[in-house]
Amino acid sequence: MPKKLRIGWFSFSCCEDSTIIFTELLNDHYRQWKDKIEFCSALVLRKKSTVKDLDVAFVEGAITSRKQEEKLRQIRRESKKLVAIGACACIGMPSSQRNLFNEKTNKEIQNILIRFNYAKTVRKLSEVVNVDDFVHGCPMDENIFLATVNKYLKEFKII
Amino acid sequence: MHNLDLKLADISKIEGKASCEISVKNGKVQKVAFSIAEYKRFYTQAICGKDMIALPQLTARICGTCSNAHLLCALKAVEKIVGLIPSPQTIYLRKLLNYGLIIRDHGLHLYVFVMPDLFHKDSILDFDENNPEEHKYLDDTFKVKAAGNNLSKAIGGRSVHAPFLTVGGFTKLPDQNQLIKLIPELQGIRKTVLDLIELFGERDFSLIRDDIDFAAITDNEYSFLYGDLIRSDGSVVPSENYGKYLEHVVIPYSHASGYKFMGKVYMVGALARLNLAKKNLHQKTQTSTQKYLKKFPSQNIFHNNLAQAIEILHAIDSSIDILNKLKITPEKPIVPQRKKGKGVGVIEAPRGTLYYNLELDDSGKIVRGQIVVPTGQNQIGIEGSIRKYLEKNMALDKSREEIELDVEKIVRAYDPCMSCASHFLKFKWLPE
Repeated sequence: MPKKLRIGWFSFSCCEDSTIIFTELLNDHYRQWKDKIEFCSALVLRKKSTVKDLDVAFVEGAITSRKQEEKLRQIRRESKKLVAIGACACIGMPSSQRNLFNEKTNKEIQNILIRFNYAKTVRKLSEVVNVDDFVHGCPMDENIFLATVNKYLKEFKII
Repeated sequence: MHNLDLKLADISKIEGKASCEISVKNGKVQKVAFSIAEYKRFYTQAICGKDMIALPQLTARICGTCSNAHLLCALKAVEKIVGLIPSPQTIYLRKLLNYGLIIRDHGLHLYVFVMPDLFHKDSILDFDENNPEEHKYLDDTFKVKAAGNNLSKAIGGRSVHAPFLTVGGFTKLPDQNQLIKLIPELQGIRKTVLDLIELFGERDFSLIRDDIDFAAITDNEYSFLYGDLIRSDGSVVPSENYGKYLEHVVIPYSHASGYKFMGKVYMVGALARLNLAKKNLHQKTQTSTQKYLKKFPSQNIFHNNLAQAIEILHAIDSSIDILNKLKITPEKPIVPQRKKGKGVGVIEAPRGTLYYNLELDDSGKIVRGQIVVPTGQNQIGIEGSIRKYLEKNMALDKSREEIELDVEKIVRAYDPCMSCASHFLKFKWLPE
C-alpha cells in the first residue's frame, strides 16, 4: 500500500472556525486527498484517534490550562512537524483576551479560573512548543493551508 | 448490564469539547454528569468598552460554525438600540446569508456527524465508495455543504465570520451575476436533500422526552431572524422579553451554565421550530415533505435530525425565491447615530434561540452585554435525555461499547455547540 501522510487535526481554546474551513475544504479536496492522507486523529470527523507517529499535526487554538499544555506537548512529541492553524494558535488572540483584563475584571473571573485549573495566562502555541509552520488568519487562510499541505505531501515524498 | 462506571472524556463528531460521567449501581442510575469541557474565553467581559461597530465581528469569534448567527444577532441588538432600520435589500441579503448558514451547518451535522451512526461507521470518511448507497451519500455530503458555503460566501464574502456585514448594511454588495449563478446550484441539491429527509424520516433512532417544553421564535415566513417566541403551551412572548423568563442554572462540573424557561426544562433548535411553526415553512417545502411533516409535533429528540433536514429544504426554497426577485442596487451602509441605550436582539441560530442583551453608552461603547446561546439552554435537557436512556436500557443486555455509542448519539442529536456555550462567565440581568 502506498505511503500516506499521517496527519492529526487538534483544537484547543478557540472558536474552531478553521476546523469548519477544513471540513469545507474537504468538499473540493477529499477525493484528491483520500489516497494521500491518513486522518489519524480528527475528533470532528471520527471517534477513533491515534496520536502516535504523526507526520504533521495541525493545531488550532490557544493554550489556557496545564492540561492543554500537557496534551500539546504530547502531540509535539508524536509529530514530526507541527503547524499552528489560525489566529488563536499563531498569535493567541482573540482567545487570550483575558490576559489584558484589568484588576476588577480579573477578580470577576477568578473563581472560574481556580475551579477549573486555568493557567495564569493564555499562550500561543509557540510559547509552549516548537512550531514548524504558521497558517495565519481568523479563520485560517485557505490558500496558505492548501500550500502547506502540498508542501508536506512533497517533503514526505507522498507526491 | 447492572453496574457501570463510564467516563466519556471526549465526545466525538460534535462542535467543540464535551464529556459525560455515568454511574449505575444495581441497575439504578446514580449519576449522570454531562459537562461542557471547553475552556471559557470570557467574551462577556471582553466586549465591555468595545465600539458598537466592532462588536458584531468580535462576537462572531465566539463560535466558528455559528459565527454568522452571532454576527446577525449582534447587528440586530445594536441596530435596535440606536434605532436603525436596515434597508429592504439589507434584510434580504441577511436572510440569504442565514439560509446559507442553515444549509451548511445542518449539512455538516447531518452528513458528517450523524449519518455515520445510521450506517454503523465511525466516520463519513469510512464510507465505501464501491457501495452505491454509501458512494451517493459521500457525494451528497460535499455537494450540499458546498452549496450552503457558496451562498454564504457570495453574500458575506466568507462562510465563516462574513466580513462584508456591518451595522447598517453591507460594506461590499454581492455581484448580481454571481447571485443568479447560485440558483441552479441550489435547485440541483433539492432532490439530494429530499433523499436526506427520507433517510432520517425512515431510519433514525428514538428517545421520547414527554417531560420537556419547546421554545422558538418564528414569523410567518420561518425566516429564523424575526418574530416572537412561541412555547409548547401556545403562549407567545415578545422576543425582547425572552431573557426575563430564563432561569440561570449553575452546573458545578460544567464550564458552561444551563438554563430553564420559567422553571421548566426546555429544548431549542430545529425540533422546537418544527414542533411550533411547521405551518410557516415555505409552501413548496411543505408540499414536498408532507409525509414527514406529519411526525411533528414530536417528543422524540432524534427527530431534531429530521427537522434539520427539512429546514435545509426550506432554506433552499426560500433562497431561490429571494434570488429570483432580488435586484442589487448600490447602497452604502446607513450610518448609525451613537446614543446611550439598551436593546435586545433575538434570532434562531441553527441550533436554536440566540439572545443578545446589550447596553451602550452615549459614545456607542458597550457598557454591559449578555449572550445566551442555544447549547446553554439545551444542556440540562441533554443530561436528562442521557439519564432517561439509561433508565430505559440498563436492564437490557447492552455492552459498555453500545451504551457509550448510544450516549454519543443522544448528544449528537441535540447538535450542541461547545464553543458557543463556553464563551461567557455568568448571566446577569441588566437592571430595569
